[in-house]
Order: sequence, then C-alpha cells, then structure tokens
Amino acid sequence: MKAFLILEDGNVFEGISIGADKEVISEIVFNTSMTGYLEVLTDPSYAGQAVVMTYPLIGNYGICYEDSESSKPWPDGFIVRELSPIPSNFRSKDTIQNFLKSNDIPGIAGIDTRALTKILRDKGTMNGMITTDENYNLEVIIPKLKEYRTGKVVEKVTCKSVSKMNGTGLKVALMDFGAKRNIAQSLLNRNCEITVYPAHTTAEEILATKPDGIMLSNGPGDPKDCESIIEELKKLYASDVPIFAICLGHQLMALATGADTHKMKYGHRGANHPVKDLSTGKVYISSQNHGYVVDETTLDPKVARPAFINVNDKTNEGLEYIGKDIFTVQFHPEACAGPHDSNFLFDRFIEMMKKGRD
Amino acid sequence: MPKNNNIKKVLVIGSGPIVIGQAAEFDYAGTQACRSLKEEGIEVVLVNSNPATIMTDKNIADEVYIEPLTVPSLKQIILKEKPDSILPTLGGQAGLNLAMEIAETGFLEENNVKLIGTTAETIRKAEDRLEFKTTMEKIGEPCAPSLVVENVEDGIAFTNKIGYPVVLRPAYTLGGSGGGIAYNEEQLVDILSNGLRLSRVGQVLVERCIAGWKEIEYEVMRDANGTCITVCNMENIDPVGVHTGDSIVVAPSQTLSDKEYQMLRSSALNIIDELKITGGCNVQFALHPTSFEYCVIEVNPRVSRSSALASKATGYPIAKVAAKIALGYNLDEIPNAITHKTFASFEPTLDYCVVKIPRLPFDKFINASRKLTTQMKATGEVMSICTNFEGALMKAIRSLEQHVDSLMSNEYADCTDEDILELLKNVDDKRMYVIAEALRRGVSYDKIHEITMIDAWFIDKFNNIVKMEKRLATEPMTKELMMEAKRIEFPDVVIGKITGRTEREIKELRNEYDIHAAYKMVDTCAAEFEASTPYYYSCYKSYNEVIETKPEKKVLVLGSGPIRIGQGIEFDYCSVHSTWAFRAEGYETIIINNNPETVSTDFDIADKLYFEPLTPEDVESIVELEHPDGAVVQFGGQTAIKLTKSLMEMGVPILGTGAEDVDAAEDRELFDKILEQCEIPRAAGKTVFTAEEAIAAANELGYPVLVRPSYVLGGQGMQIAISDKDVYEFMEIINRQVQEHPILVDKYLMGKEIEVDAVCDGEDILIPGIMEHIERAGIHSGDSISVYPAQSLSQRITDMLEEYTRRLARALHVKGLINIQFIVYNDQVYVIEVNPRSSRTVPYISKVTGIPIVKLATQVIIGNTIKGLGYTPGLQKKADYIAIKMPVFSFEKIRGADISLGPEMKSTGECLGIAKEFNEALYKAFVGAGVNLPKHKQMIMTVCDAEQEEAVSVAKRFEALGYTIYATRGTANKLKENGINAIRINKVEQASPTLLDLILDHKIDLVIDIPTNGIERSHDGFIIRRHAIETGVNVLTSMDTANALLTSLETQHKQHLTPIDIATI
Repeated sequence: MKAFLILEDGNVFEGISIGADKEVISEIVFNTSMTGYLEVLTDPSYAGQAVVMTYPLIGNYGICYEDSESSKPWPDGFIVRELSPIPSNFRSKDTIQNFLKSNDIPGIAGIDTRALTKILRDKGTMNGMITTDENYNLEVIIPKLKEYRTGKVVEKVTCKSVSKMNGTGLKVALMDFGAKRNIAQSLLNRNCEITVYPAHTTAEEILATKPDGIMLSNGPGDPKDCESIIEELKKLYASDVPIFAICLGHQLMALATGADTHKMKYGHRGANHPVKDLSTGKVYISSQNHGYVVDETTLDPKVARPAFINVNDKTNEGLEYIGKDIFTVQFHPEACAGPHDSNFLFDRFIEMMKKGRD
Repeated sequence: MPKNNNIKKVLVIGSGPIVIGQAAEFDYAGTQACRSLKEEGIEVVLVNSNPATIMTDKNIADEVYIEPLTVPSLKQIILKEKPDSILPTLGGQAGLNLAMEIAETGFLEENNVKLIGTTAETIRKAEDRLEFKTTMEKIGEPCAPSLVVENVEDGIAFTNKIGYPVVLRPAYTLGGSGGGIAYNEEQLVDILSNGLRLSRVGQVLVERCIAGWKEIEYEVMRDANGTCITVCNMENIDPVGVHTGDSIVVAPSQTLSDKEYQMLRSSALNIIDELKITGGCNVQFALHPTSFEYCVIEVNPRVSRSSALASKATGYPIAKVAAKIALGYNLDEIPNAITHKTFASFEPTLDYCVVKIPRLPFDKFINASRKLTTQMKATGEVMSICTNFEGALMKAIRSLEQHVDSLMSNEYADCTDEDILELLKNVDDKRMYVIAEALRRGVSYDKIHEITMIDAWFIDKFNNIVKMEKRLATEPMTKELMMEAKRIEFPDVVIGKITGRTEREIKELRNEYDIHAAYKMVDTCAAEFEASTPYYYSCYKSYNEVIETKPEKKVLVLGSGPIRIGQGIEFDYCSVHSTWAFRAEGYETIIINNNPETVSTDFDIADKLYFEPLTPEDVESIVELEHPDGAVVQFGGQTAIKLTKSLMEMGVPILGTGAEDVDAAEDRELFDKILEQCEIPRAAGKTVFTAEEAIAAANELGYPVLVRPSYVLGGQGMQIAISDKDVYEFMEIINRQVQEHPILVDKYLMGKEIEVDAVCDGEDILIPGIMEHIERAGIHSGDSISVYPAQSLSQRITDMLEEYTRRLARALHVKGLINIQFIVYNDQVYVIEVNPRSSRTVPYISKVTGIPIVKLATQVIIGNTIKGLGYTPGLQKKADYIAIKMPVFSFEKIRGADISLGPEMKSTGECLGIAKEFNEALYKAFVGAGVNLPKHKQMIMTVCDAEQEEAVSVAKRFEALGYTIYATRGTANKLKENGINAIRINKVEQASPTLLDLILDHKIDLVIDIPTNGIERSHDGFIIRRHAIETGVNVLTSMDTANALLTSLETQHKQHLTPIDIATI
C-alpha cells in the first residue's frame, strides 16, 4: 500500500506503508545511528515525534526484546528507506514489520531518507503527516501541520506509581521523566537500591526517604513545559543530596537554577556525537537524543560551570554545580543505542554518593 | 595538545614493491600523509623502493630515495639526511618491520631519531604473538586458545590438547604468508614447518579454529590524550577462515545488533588504549554467530588495506589524521576535511552501504588452486557504494572487469542439484555464484547457511537478486519493474539479456520511463551537516543532489579500476598526474574510478570524484549529468581504453589520440598497413579465430610461435608454442571466453627487447629514454629486468629506434603518450607491439630522467607543442644514472601457480635500483626485490638441453663465487664435462635424497631451472619450482636473469652503496 509523508513546508514523499495503517501528525526528527533501531523506538524521549532513520537498511537483526529501553515503543511514526524482509540474529524473536504493527505505529518505507534529512537539516525540525490517503489535500493538511504542537509529553511516558528495584548498596531515587531502562540498569550493575518515582512526585516525598542520591532521567518534549517539575527540582537542588541528571533532567536542573534552554534547529540524535570533558580535554563519543539545549550564556557562574561541550557545534553537553554534589549531562552515558564510552559517569555518581554518606 | 614543534624533518618509510597483501593502499596512505605533513611545514624525506608510486614524486616529498628497504640502506639515508623523526606506520608491514629492525639495533637512539606515530613497544605488543596474547589477557580481551610455538613438536602437543582443526599464523609476515588451517597432523606438520621458516622471528601461533564465526573489523583512531574513536566497522560476508583481503566485505556491519556492535567497539577502544597507539589501528574480531562470545583475531598498529577501505567508505582520511596525530595534534584539533564544520574526533556515520570485492588473480594463474584461506591471494579490490546492499554488490561485481555483470553464470547449467550442494562446500572466489545457483534451484537459506556459514541476511540479499532475474524473465516489463531492477543496480545490459532486448533498447525504455541514476554525496555524517566535498556515488529511486557545474573547461579522467597483474599502480600514477596537470591548466577535473586503494580515489585529487564502476552505462549516466568537454582515456590502462568507443558514441570528444588510431594499433590488419607505410619490419604473423586456423598459421610461420588474444593487457593468454599440440591447447584456453577480436599468431624472434615511451604532439616526439630488457624477448616486458639507459645499443640501432618511434607516433596520429616494444634481432629492429597510451614504465622513466611525462602528455593533449613547452624534440640526453627496474613476484601466495616466466605477465610489482654504476644499480635492484645472497652458497641447476651451453658459463661463475652446485643428471654431466665440480642429485620421482629433499632442508640459496618452452614442460620442474618458492628459495627461470644476478654478486663486496635523492634529478 502506498503511503505519503507530507511535511509542513509542502514537500511530499511517496513510499509504502509499514506498520499500522493509520494517519498520524507528528514532529519529524532524524536519527543517525546505524544500529539500535529498537532502542530508539523504545526510548520514551521520542514520544511525540516521528523518527527518520538516516541509515537506509533497518530491521536487519529483527527484534531482540531484551534490548528494549522501555516496555513499549513511543514514536508516533517510523520513517525508513528499507526494512529488511528477514531478520537475522540469534536473539531475534520478531520482525520489525510485525513489531510496528502490533504496537500500532504507522510508518513509511521506500523514501529517500537522505533527501528528507537534508530538508530537516536546512529548514529545521518540522511537523509532518504520514498518511495512506492518496487523495490528500495539501491545502487542508498544511495548516493543520503548522498548528500542531507536541504538548506535554512527560505525563504520557512517566510511570504511574512508585516502584522499587532491589539492590543492597546505595539508595538512589530515580525520577522518571521517561527514563530509558539502561539508566536503572547501569545503577543496578553498581548494586544500587533504586526507587523509581513518577515525574510529578514532590521533592518532600523523595527527600523523606533519605536517598543517597537522586537520578534525574531523560525524557521527551520542551523542558519549559515541565513547570511544576522544575519547582520540585529547586527544592532538590537546595537539599544536599547528590544529584546526577541526564538529558531532560539536565535541562530541567538548569532551568531550576536560573539558566535558560532553547530549541535547536534540528537537534542531536545519533550515536556519534563527540563531547569533550573540559577538565581533561579528552573527547568521548556519546549517544544523544535532544532537540533542546541549555544556553551556556545564561548560566550563573556562581551556580554552575560547563563540564562538557559538543566538539561539533560547541553547545553545552554537561554542567557541574558549584558547591554542590550535582553534575548533569546532556548526552546519554547509559548508551543503548550507542557507545558505552561515558558509562564511567555512573561510577562518578556512585563515588559522589559514597562521599555524601561518609 | 597542539603540534610538537620539535618535529621538523620526518622520514617516511613506504611499503616497497606491490606484492599480494601489500598493494596500492600504502601509496594512498603514504601520499596522503606526506601531504598532510608538508601542510604543517614539515620537511619530508621519503624512502620506498617502488618507483611506480605517487609518494615517490618530488612534489610529494622534499627528498625522495627509491632505494632498497633494508637496514643498511635506511641507515645510510638517515646519516645523510639527519631526520629528527621516523613515521613507520604508513608503509604497511614492510615499513613497520623495517622500522623495528632498525630500532632494535640502537641506531636510532645513537642518532637522536625518534619513532613517531607509534613506539617500538607498541609494535612489539601488537605484532609479537606472545606479547599480544599477554596484553589481551591483561585487559580481559579474549583471544582464541593458542600457543606460540617455535618448533613442530610443541605445535603437535598443543593441538592434541585443544583439538583439531587449528589455525596457524606465523609472526611478522604480511598477508598471512605461510598461514593456514590444519585439520589433521599431516597438514599441521606441513603448514607449521613452512610458517616457522617464513616468520621473521621463527614463531608461529597455533590457535583454536574459529572458522565459521562472523569476521568483524573496526578501524580505530587514538590521540596522545587518550581520545579514541572508531572510524568504521566492517563485516566480512565470508566468515572467519578466509583472509579479510580475500573476503567480500560490507561496511558498516549489517547483521550486528547495537549490543554486539558496541561490545566489539568498546573492545577495540580498550585495545588501542592499552597499546597506547597514537594514530590509526585495525582490530579484527571473530564473533560467534549464535552468542556474544568473541575473540580478538589480530591488531594492526598502522594504516592498512582495511584503513584505506574505511577511509574511502566513510570519507574520513585516516592516514592524514594519523600523520597529524603523530605530530602531536589531538583529534578534536583536526578539522574534518569534508564538512569543515566537524572535527576528526567525530565518528563517521553512513547513510549508504559499501561493498568491497577482492580482485583475485586466477585468470592469470589458471592452474592455481582457487581455494580461499587465511593466506591472502587477491592482487587488488573494488569498492562500490549504494543505498542498498544488492545494488552495492551488483556495482562491485561489474567493477571487477571479469566479464561478469550479475550473479548469473552458465558454468552450472550442467550441474545436478547434488553437484551444487557439493560445490557450495568450496570456499573459493566462485562461491557467490554457486549460492545464487543454489537459490535458483530452491535450496533453503538454512541449508546454504549450514554449509557456508554465511549469514542468512546476505543469502536473502543474494536471493533478491536471483528473484529479480526471474521477474525480468517472466513478467511483462513495466515502469515499476524497471525501477525495481535499477534500484538494485541491474545494469541495462543484463536487463536486456534477460528480456531479449539490446542494452540500447533498455536505455531508451528507461528514458521513456524517466528512470535515471541519481547521485549522492559521501559526507561522513549522513547529511547531518552540510558538506561540500564532491565525492559521489549513484543510486536509483532517489533525488539527485549533484548540481552540474558549468566551468569553462571540464574534463573526465577515467581511472584504471582494480589492481591486477598487468594493470597495476602505475596507471593510477598516470591518472593522478594527468588530473593534476589538467587542474593546473584551468580545467575542472572529474575522476571516475572504483578502486579504494588508490590515490586517484582520494576525494581531494580531482574537483569531483565519482566512485563508480567503469562500464559504458555507468560512465554515460555521469556524462549525462556533467556534460564534460572531453574525456581522457590514455592514462587509465586498458580499463579506460576499452571505454573509448562508448564515450564517442555518447558524444564525448576523446582528448588526445583518437579512437580510430587506438584501434589501428590493436587491429592486426590496420596495424600491418601502418607498419608497411612506415617501412618498419615486424615478425611475420597472422590473425586467426579457430584452433585449426591457428595451427595452419603456426606451421606456415614455423615454430616457435607466439599465440595471444588482441586487446589484452599484460600479455594475458599469451604463450610460446613449439608444437601443434601447444597451439591447440592455448587456443582452447583463450576461447573459453568469447573473443570479440581475432587471435594473433606471430613468429617468435628471440632477440633483445627494447621499450620506448614517448610523447607526441602530432608533429614532434619526445623520448625521455630508451629502456633495454635483460631477458631476451619471450618474457613479458613487465616481468623483465629493465635497464635505463639501454647499455648495448649501437648508435645506428638507437637512431633507428628513435626514427621508428617518430614514424609510428605520426602515423597513428598520437597526441599524448605512446609506448612501443621493439626487438633487436640480428642487428635489425622489429616492432612487437605499440600502445598509444600510457604504460607501466611511465612512472619509472619519469622519475629517473626527471622529465614529467604525464604532465607533458596532458599539456600536449590540450594543444601545446613539445617545442612550445621548452623541450627539444627527439631522444633526450641520457641521465647521469643507471636505473634498473626489477620485477617482483608474489608466487609464494598463490598455491599451484607456475612461476616460470613467459610471454604472459606474472609479476605483481617492481622495485628500482638506481646508481652511477651499472653493477651497483643492479645490485640495489636485486636487494630491493628481496634477493639477498649469498647465504648458504649452495644452489641447484636443472637446465633444458637447448640452454646447457650457457649453463656452463653461468655455473663457472657461481663456482668461482664459492657456490656448490647440485644438478640433475643431464645438466650435471654437461657441467662435469666442462670441468665444473657439480654434484649429481636425483630427480623428484627417483630415490631419496632428491632435489626436493635438498630444497626442504633449507640449505639452498638459489634454483636455476630453465624449462623447455611449450606445454610439455616437465611436471618435475613445476614441483621443484613450487617447492623452492614455498620454502623461500629464489628461483630463476631465465639464463639472462642468472647472468644479471651473477654480475651483481660478483661486484657487491667492492661496492659502497650510495643513496640517490631522485628529487634532484
């Protein structure tokens, strides 16, 4: 069946329908990872977006469920050049075609994803529609696309109730703004006892359990939409509990301490972004997924200083809070998909918590 | 860390002659690195014995030494030039080994010379089997259970413990020389004893066989600050067991999930960090197909064939960045030359699929075993890029230029299904076609996987191609079907063949359907950043992103495709120099080529690079987009020449010598007319098509005769026949492939062979020099030792050669280069062959005469005259040096190949000996080619009756040098009769001890085996030659070569070798 991707700027790509047969409007973003499509699909930070994979051959190794970063896929749509007709991997339990269908995610294949990516790069992230309706009417659709707003998506992806993951070591409170599974896994690997809290848990509730540290997770959407969370983070900042934050958590902590964030032209989504540790000069290749960024010029030098920058575009990639046991990163040290190079940051967090305990 | 300002003068070591396992990739890497160093204001001293390289040009390095790559020669150069540093990681294994050898002598410390890019400790840790294993154990990286042994007994004992099969890998050899898999004790003893001998340190690794696992490679970079990145990963379609150089390789990996990808990536970074490499490194892994278990196979702490491939596959210039790191820069301080927005500390990401296929030499060595093992056999490779795997594979297949442009083959028509299953077990270069045939017959993916261990994902892709063949054969042609066939890169000619149409008809149909190739950019970043580097590939069903430029003048330079015997790196040299010359003249230049190992496919050589197959259809698609003002074909070897007619049909003017004149030189009748016109004699000859005609012609001319196809390179298929039986046999071999052109039968004249390259502007000619071959006619010019300036020609003959060259160049309306081979026989000059194009000897003669021939030819092509360019026409004054080009062979790599020399070219590369004196030049040339005698002062002679007279004088001279000569009965008797104390030894089939025992005892320096011509060569001789080669013994099959070697040996001790900076010539 034919499918069409209609962009806000009037560009239309014709391909074939994959996944669920339904129409969807979403923000279109591209990801440049060559592997890890399942991790991308199950990353809650993609809620409210349709993802274009720039690598043209997707689905080669099928679906290995244990690689999921959450319980279900989140993107509104999936856009690829070619889906492999057969999966080939010893762990594969399903095909990607089936996976998309059974999770009701529509998509389009057979389009020139590079041409699409170039449009998004040049004009910036924009909204689009995936439809199988051959009689689409641009005059009706384009105003709708322009109007569309992603809205508050953290609510959609955060857990509904508090849960515990058993460990015998340090007690970590994990704020779930749409946490990828490997954040908790990275802490579990370090034997932490983890309590996962819904995004709108109050600071008081968390602090009352006297955690050794607080982990602020990644998540979707515009950080400024999370006003009430930011208010709670101000209180966490004021406490002396060590905090480590990733991605959205990093942006929210910056907003909570008076800095500003802004939307990037087309964001960073991929597994090849170099971030430089400003204290050592060493560069790490990181996994990234963000469309907003902390504006370094708005940092209060008495509150926080840049700890990492992106080597490509020099945007902020991490902050160290002065006089506090708080450090936050824009990239994903938990990887999945992507390089494990910065996984040592979890060790840094552990050290920080141990020091706090002593 | 910014640049280290203590580094001012760097010695770069090249990789020497092209041999199997070490080819043009090091010229590419070395050239790129030298340019990168010079960009930083560093004075570069280059040493490489290979004159066909671009890196040995005076515009690439400041001082250039084309000298043997040996410790004594390197020491002399260091003493003379006093560099402060040596960059040893660009010259492949040869360069690295040499650097290690010289470092171990303590000479570098004494002279305050530092190794940069890598330390001796790093090299040892990576290359020494034991140290490597210990290092891997220390950081917890798994290796297959293994033991380094120094004798056969230990090998047997260890293998009995871990079980067969085992893999054997000798330490410090290139291309896996002497390695292999042993399934039983007999094989173990055989391979192990051979490997122990070939290893520079007498060590062989015996290891658990992981054949059948996935073979995955990572190209990794690291700077002194410890920042590590991976440039690219690659998956071998052929599982572990086939050398990666002989495998079909795809980039990036296709069947690895992110978990596996990152697991191996982390391991690779872990390893490079532990080895403290500053620069590039290649890590090879074996990954269990059904678990996360993996083993590190090997690490190359240097640029390599794989790094060249990774550079071309991603656009990330590994050698350039490695050179900058060696100077002290960190990765995040080096800008990405493609995007100018990102830095070298970023990992390339691909939005296309890359396939590499090796170019194997079995068309040259028809009797050799085609089996692919851990011992590399390929002479070159092709790469192709497409947005899908099937397309990349199809493009790579036709880039090979092996008369195949799809997965279809007639070879299996008569096979039963059982035969096919049996054939699937063969691990050889035909496996891909057998798999396709199996799929056609409905063999299941599981079955094919079970036999070949090739991943089902790839089998499915092969099947998509097979399914398309079927659809085209059975379905009516529609726009959709055509689009789908083109999307997976079915060439028009194949679509036509299947659907019963001509290539032209398919092209017209495509135009009707509006289906055209689109071009995409290789930009390192999957379009995330804007890039401006014009490095393109084609695909279908896509938006074109290449905009036609409209410069004043635009020229298409056609490259020479994969490196193969007969068409080597020299044509890349010519293509690149021509491109540079066109650019200097204000032309916009476009290169089309498909060889990832070469300089010409570096993205900053031409204004635009199209990485594409060199077929008429692929070229035409580019022509339709770019509308060049002309194309130049005379620099790209036979590959480019073959495209002449098609280019003219596309309306692209051929710059330089016209197509009809190229034809005239190849077409026997036309050429005979021209010779008649010019009053130049040639050996009598005939053109024939069938064996019967050939036999009649041979009898009329009288034996011996030369039999060969026309329009071929490197004398392919050319043989000397001495009987009807020979002719019949040769014709049968030649006609296995459909011949579009007639076959030539010529009277064979055994004279002195002379070679001339000249530039002609249509009126005047310029001959930089005359080259004379040491071996008599009958041995291919590429396999002969060539001497410049010619030593034994009278003035009368010299004048005749000049005059004949002038007449021929004019008669053929040559504009540009012409290469002529003559025979001087009975004081008369005959023409053997004329090639109105660049030749193998162009780089060599350019360098030793200091005359930039390709540049001149290019300038002449665009309308300049020789006089106008400031040269005096005619034969140029002899240089002050004698320069000898020595062929280098790779026989030890090709099991079963007959090494005896003849009219068909067999050498893979060459080296140069240059000196003021003939003898010194000859000595340098032999040493450069690895003939380093004497060792044990024992030799074997077995000479056919016809040449026994000459054998006597050769033997006398060897005896005078202190050699003990062993000989078979006939030769021994002859020698004894002449007072030589020869020892008679039994032939192979006689009672022990035989010749073979002598050879296998490793006490023999040299075998001189002169076989009779023709097919009736004794099997005995073949066995002797093979064993000698495989035991590392030098073998000569021509008396002329033996005499030359003697000359060099007789004088060597009197000589103090003087290195010559050819940049001053």
